[in-house]
Amino acid sequence: MIRINCPYCGERDHSEFSYGGDATIKYPSLDSSEKEWTKAIFFRKNIKGFQLETWHHTNGCRMWLEIERSTVTHEIRSVKPCHPDLKKVVENNK
Amino acid sequence: MTKFNAWNVIKNGLNGQSYWTRQWRDPEPKKNYDVIIIGGGLHGLATAYYLAKNHNIKNVAVVEKGWIGGGNAGRNTTIVRSNYMMPGNHEFYEHSLKLWENLSHDLNYNVMFSQRAHVSLFHSPGAKDSVSRTYNIMRLHGTDAELWDLTKLKKKIPHLNYNNSRFPILGAAVQKRAGNARHDAVAWGYARAADTLGVDILQNCEVTGFTRTNGMIESVQTSRGIIKGKKIGFAVAGNTSVLWQMAELGNLPIESHKLQAFVSEAVKPLLDQVVVYGVGGAHFYISQSDKGSMVFGGDLDWYKSYAQRGNLPMVQDVAEAAMAIFPSLGRIRLLRHWAGVMDMTMDGSFFICKTPISNLYLNAGWNYGGFKASPASGWYFADLIANESPHIYVQNHNLERFEKGINIDERGAGPDPKLHG
Repeated sequence: MIRINCPYCGERDHSEFSYGGDATIKYPSLDSSEKEWTKAIFFRKNIKGFQLETWHHTNGCRMWLEIERSTVTHEIRSVKPCHPDLKKVVENNK
Repeated sequence: MTKFNAWNVIKNGLNGQSYWTRQWRDPEPKKNYDVIIIGGGLHGLATAYYLAKNHNIKNVAVVEKGWIGGGNAGRNTTIVRSNYMMPGNHEFYEHSLKLWENLSHDLNYNVMFSQRAHVSLFHSPGAKDSVSRTYNIMRLHGTDAELWDLTKLKKKIPHLNYNNSRFPILGAAVQKRAGNARHDAVAWGYARAADTLGVDILQNCEVTGFTRTNGMIESVQTSRGIIKGKKIGFAVAGNTSVLWQMAELGNLPIESHKLQAFVSEAVKPLLDQVVVYGVGGAHFYISQSDKGSMVFGGDLDWYKSYAQRGNLPMVQDVAEAAMAIFPSLGRIRLLRHWAGVMDMTMDGSFFICKTPISNLYLNAGWNYGGFKASPASGWYFADLIANESPHIYVQNHNLERFEKGINIDERGAGPDPKLHG
């Protein structure tokens, strides 16, 4: 079991969460070429090691989280809210 | 290499089994090869075999970082079937099944292929319609496919749970020619047959880098020295992205996920088919091995991972599915469970294609279905490497299909790799 330290709920089993995916994807502007859109939608770095990814605390506070996790050892380095304003609130409350 | 036949079995039986020779050599790497296949799994070994057999290209090396058949070849549930409907996929997997039917004779090695029937249960009228469509498409292509109603299903497999109120069993879609095989024997059989034709199988030989000249890969750096190759083939599903980035080619439409499988203690003959609890219900598949163990599996672990290590929530999920469909397994003990790393692709279909480097060829993206595909995968990958152009069956199984909008998405799940079952 991976334990995720949710900034709102505390440390919980990963079975409470849903996996989102790569948190570093930046979508291009709407008038970008098909090539750029194809790259953004279909092509992945598929990192072996630490990567930024999103998780949703589906069976908890329902916050979307940005997590730095190793895809080899499953060790988690950091957990932050995805939403920039919530991120600020969490940091101010520390 | 001594052939397996009745004469040799009798001869060795009378001589204390002393005349058998080793199954394949353990050669030192040569300096030059016509083709280097990276990955000594089922697909890599099959590719080397068909390169030598179909295309007379025998100066071939298979480079494997561990031992052959030690990756996903030994981490699967050994199911062989061809119930696909998309153009390209259907013909490809049907050809694979035909190769399976004659594989033991072809390789002179008993792969224990057992056509025991693949039974996909359906649980709602909608699921029945959907699976009927797929199985009708199969029939139109000449593949065997049939629907069993409840009466027939109950007669064939009496001990399923027919009182499940959440997912009541309404019947099953059946492919009788499907079944399973002995996974190790497939790796050993291909290795032995390829070796006999002159292929070098280099184990404990990890690729650490590539030397590029004039836009081509000139040589492969390995833990056993530098090896030159005129053509290079990747067949390392699970770790494709790692090699791809080692060759400085950027990103791929692939994510690595892990898929678990389970094996129980051995019991007396209980299940004579491969049963799938899958159409409009959970995702669970089970069969019984020749030793008597129940072999089964379910979904991915749902998060990206390169760890060959399964996590507990999916153990529970699979156990629940087993109990829902097969309550008689309730007190059986689990012997082992393991996880393999899958190349999950953006549309759930594979790649056998050329790459931006002119002498590099890609075989990847097998999702849940690599085992059954191995013979045809080797066949068409060898064909691509030898003839420089893809066969019509795999003409769209390339990296450009996403930009062109010709995704081969059997499930219609869209660009999320973990959703393609």
